[in-house]
Amino acid sequence: MKEIYLDNAATTRTSAAAIKAALPYMDSLYGNPSSLHSAGQRAAEALAEARGRIAGRLGCEAREIFFTSGGSEADNQAILSAAAMGARKGKRHIVSTAFEHHAVLHTLEKLRKDGFDITLLPVSERGLVTAKQVEDAIRSDTCLVSVMYANNEIGTVQPIAEIGGVCRDKGVIFHTDGVQAVGHLPIDVKKENIDMLSLSAHKFHGPKGVGALYVRKGIPLATLIEGGAQERGKRAGTENVPAIVGMAAALDEACENMRRATPKLIKLRDRLIDGLSAIPHSVLNGDRDKRLPANVSFCFEGIEGESLLLLLDDKGICASSGSACTSGSLDPSHVLLAIGRVHDIAHGSLRLTLSDENTEEEMEYTIEAVKEVVAYLRGMSPVWRDTTSGKKEFIIK
Amino acid sequence: MALYSEKVMEHFRNPRNVGVIENADGVGEVGNAKCGDIMKIYLKIEKDIIADVKFETFGCGSAIASSSMATELIKGKPLSEALALTNKAVAEALDGLPAHKLHCSVLAEEAIKRAIQDYYEKNGIVYDKKQFPDCENCEHCSK
Ligand SMILES: Cc1ncc(COP(=O)(O)O)c(C=O)c1O
Ligand SMILES: [Zn+2]
Repeated sequence: MKEIYLDNAATTRTSAAAIKAALPYMDSLYGNPSSLHSAGQRAAEALAEARGRIAGRLGCEAREIFFTSGGSEADNQAILSAAAMGARKGKRHIVSTAFEHHAVLHTLEKLRKDGFDITLLPVSERGLVTAKQVEDAIRSDTCLVSVMYANNEIGTVQPIAEIGGVCRDKGVIFHTDGVQAVGHLPIDVKKENIDMLSLSAHKFHGPKGVGALYVRKGIPLATLIEGGAQERGKRAGTENVPAIVGMAAALDEACENMRRATPKLIKLRDRLIDGLSAIPHSVLNGDRDKRLPANVSFCFEGIEGESLLLLLDDKGICASSGSACTSGSLDPSHVLLAIGRVHDIAHGSLRLTLSDENTEEEMEYTIEAVKEVVAYLRGMSPVWRDTTSGKKEFIIK
Repeated sequence: MALYSEKVMEHFRNPRNVGVIENADGVGEVGNAKCGDIMKIYLKIEKDIIADVKFETFGCGSAIASSSMATELIKGKPLSEALALTNKAVAEALDGLPAHKLHCSVLAEEAIKRAIQDYYEKNGIVYDKKQFPDCENCEHCSK
């Protein structure tokens, strides 16, 4: 059976171009960029080149790019840096949103315990925050606004340039978790008034365990990992040169393909959305238009997400869900709860995230497979029986 | 997926005793949609023997497999044996469950007990309340 991979928000296949670019730096070009000899300097040059290329894709300068171990580290470093700077000026208030990734939320939670005041903006039922909400939440002691570029579960894209404008006017540092957006949406950090942006290579067909933080010059970074002088003293440890070079190649490729791939992905995505909407008592999560070209997220009444995933896996489809039973906690996804899905419904969620490799045939197969599995699971669900027999009301009309 | 044993996957893919029994002698429902798993057990009881059993489950792979295994374990057995079924026995019969999935097998044990209790109540049979989970106050049933 052919595998249909529809979990590209979790991770992507490392592209051939990224692998090809990375390989020599594990083989003949294995030098340490900090070494003075030629072997080391060749690696240092590769590192500098990768930094320059990534900066070019984001519209910033090379020295504004700091390599990290991925999106989580970049989020941690961005937030903790702004918090440290704020604390020095007596500013201990941070504005963010209720549906950020845990890399952001848990870092904010830590700061809350350290005495920071954290405002988590509610998101609308469509999964959007507004610049007005941000503006109203900013106070004289606000040291940071952190709003994700695009949500990893429901795919909604936030009005980042507008929020950036508000923050610039108010003189507050603006960080955005761009992990799901970089390589998928055109981004220009200067035009969008972004002060800090996190990215992660494995979300755009680069290697895992490598990412970067863009930091506008003039904003001091806090050092989370002490040691050598790598990354201008802000992140110690011998650089993962092969992964960084692979990341730069992957980003180049993603950006060059974007114009061609985006309309294709939108067409596949919309076909999936239309096909799955035909399932009775189902609902799309997140705004239909302001969403990533490759994200489809649904809730189905009367079923639980993990069993849905297991049965789809049996049909060769790799998908994801925000149900509690897949997360290992008793609570379903905080993102689905944030957009107002009640527990009963949030457990029955399905996320399908596409890549350029997917085809129309795969979409048709997937629609039929999901229909079949949802109907089968509803057939053994006491909740479904209660609603169809009129004993309880449907939550999704 | 290697999350579950072969046995769990086999029962999950081909669950035994799915369905309802019309005019069942005892019905037990536990869990709630808030915590993600709901199990409903229907019993046909003849001369203190479980003549037939069916279940309906809203839940994860572990919940469905536990329902299937638990119903297999009590089918044709005297009520006393069914009452003695533990979630540990269900999990063991399934060749084990991941630690964070054990609560799903607890639901199977509780649903069976609840159905037997329902049978006792309906028929005015005197029974020892302590044998049964305190459904009014447990986290699984506090609807
Ligand atoms: C929005 C978002 N932020 C942060 C991360 C964490 O990235 P990484 O896995 O590279 O640490 C992810 C990926 O899961 C993500 O989707
Ligand atoms: Zn479960």
